[in-house]
Amino acid sequence: MSLALYRIDDRLIHGQVVVGWGQPLDVAFIVLVDDEVSSSDWEQDLYRMGVPSQIEVIFASVEQAAAQMPSWEADPRVGILLVGDIDTAVALAARVPLKRFNVGGVHHRTGRKERLRFVYLTDDEAAKLRQLAAGGVDVTAQDVPTARAVPVTEFT
Amino acid sequence: MSELRGVIVSHAAVAQALVAAVKAITGIEGVLTGVSNEGCGTEALGQRLQEAVGPGPAVLFVDLPGGSCFTSSARYAKVGGADIAVVTGVNLAMLLDFVFHRDTTPAEAARRAVDAGAKAIRVTSS
Repeated sequence: MSLALYRIDDRLIHGQVVVGWGQPLDVAFIVLVDDEVSSSDWEQDLYRMGVPSQIEVIFASVEQAAAQMPSWEADPRVGILLVGDIDTAVALAARVPLKRFNVGGVHHRTGRKERLRFVYLTDDEAAKLRQLAAGGVDVTAQDVPTARAVPVTEFT
Repeated sequence: MSELRGVIVSHAAVAQALVAAVKAITGIEGVLTGVSNEGCGTEALGQRLQEAVGPGPAVLFVDLPGGSCFTSSARYAKVGGADIAVVTGVNLAMLLDFVFHRDTTPAEAARRAVDAGAKAIRVTSS
């Protein structure tokens, strides 16, 4: 079944991911791609605490993720891949071909404008998402599975 | 009375509802503050926590033992510089006990709150 969801979410592992997506997809593993978290045992312990014991959590840097992606995509279990920001998504897509990215939560910060209730972007970030889509990645925004997947052209 | 404060950190409006419930039952105000993660990324939630905790000391009562409310609270407790303890699985019973027993350290208040909260969870049957 492999990776069922490639998600950009600045909260990384949280309720929407573990319960909102994890339950209906019957997720067995979560890959968290973040250079900072992958080098911090303490941060990894924090994120593991939010995940039921039957779900494996894998932490990886962008470089490690690029190398491991074929094995995750060939995994017979269902998985979710998470990144915390658009730059990490772009960096990953530059190293391995990706078919789609779900923008699940990018929240308010100085310089960002509201695009959707759960998506705030600077103009530069919006341009990066459009560029990602132009490169063949299906980019949509969707916070929970029951919501509509909003095409990138509608929020950037 | 102690300066020890309680900050409830939750999804949606659970925290504000618990603050209102404690006030309705005890009449005590100004001890608990509710913080929601609504519309927050990690950075924004950290700022809300900083504003709610102030200089401390404080106990952070978090709704779930994982997720954005928990990770932000645990991170703030570690790096925020104030004397802070974190309790997960907040319920009304532990808050009612907490507001009357704040003349202690955050760690001791947190242990007591956990005991009070756990005692309130039970199965009743006829």
